[in-house]
Amino acid sequence: MNPLLTAHSPVSFSVNALFFAAYRDLVGSAEIAVELREGATVADLVAELRGRGAPFDSLPTEPAIAVNHTYAFMDEGLSANDEVAFIPPVAGG
Amino acid sequence: MRTTKLLSFRLWRGDRSLISAFVGPDPIDPADVFRRVGSDEDGASLLFVGVVRDHADGRPVSGMRYDAYADMAQAVLGEIAREAAARLGTDRLLVVHRTGDLAIGEASVAIAASSPHRAESFDATRYVIEEIKKRLPIWKKEHYADGTAEWVRGTVPPVGEPR
Repeated sequence: MNPLLTAHSPVSFSVNALFFAAYRDLVGSAEIAVELREGATVADLVAELRGRGAPFDSLPTEPAIAVNHTYAFMDEGLSANDEVAFIPPVAGG
Repeated sequence: MRTTKLLSFRLWRGDRSLISAFVGPDPIDPADVFRRVGSDEDGASLLFVGVVRDHADGRPVSGMRYDAYADMAQAVLGEIAREAAARLGTDRLLVVHRTGDLAIGEASVAIAASSPHRAESFDATRYVIEEIKKRLPIWKKEHYADGTAEWVRGTVPPVGEPR
């Protein structure tokens, strides 16, 4: 493909969204691959999923999120193949 | 003879060093967890055991299921153990959290620590259980005697807040 043509086309990448416990019950899946535009943040991923309507719009607007096993802020940038976990309120112990 | 004894003592003390955290489905033997801490320089050894109880808010409970985000839970529990050990002032602290289906009376978590004086062991074990409640990615589903089940209302982890 001509690199001049692709240079300005939107670049996308995919991340793996993981759901646990009550969120897994809500969404009906443990893992979903989501395509995002270059530069997308955690907030963009949440917005993209919630924008799909039911049942995703029942997820909180600002759920606790972990990116690659570390709790992350909503404005954290995402990269290809990141593991992005939706963490319901925790209840260990 | 005296030298040999001293040498073996030092080696033995070295073997007592551990800061360990485990998350997994194997049943917990609290006595075994406790046996792993303590040394000749410690005047205090402490064991905390969290156990599945038979009631919640007045409802009879028949059992509990623990689900974990296994990889992250292992990492976070290790982080909590290292933070606690810094308070302890020793490197003798072990914490084990179980996952899967547990019966009434079974241990869901065991925390053992030892230190030269009691305050540090109390402080460190308390720190571990409180931090588990705040941020360990584990969830529990209560199974009630009437056959129903519900996720236990949890705590929103403090994302990005200084500890």
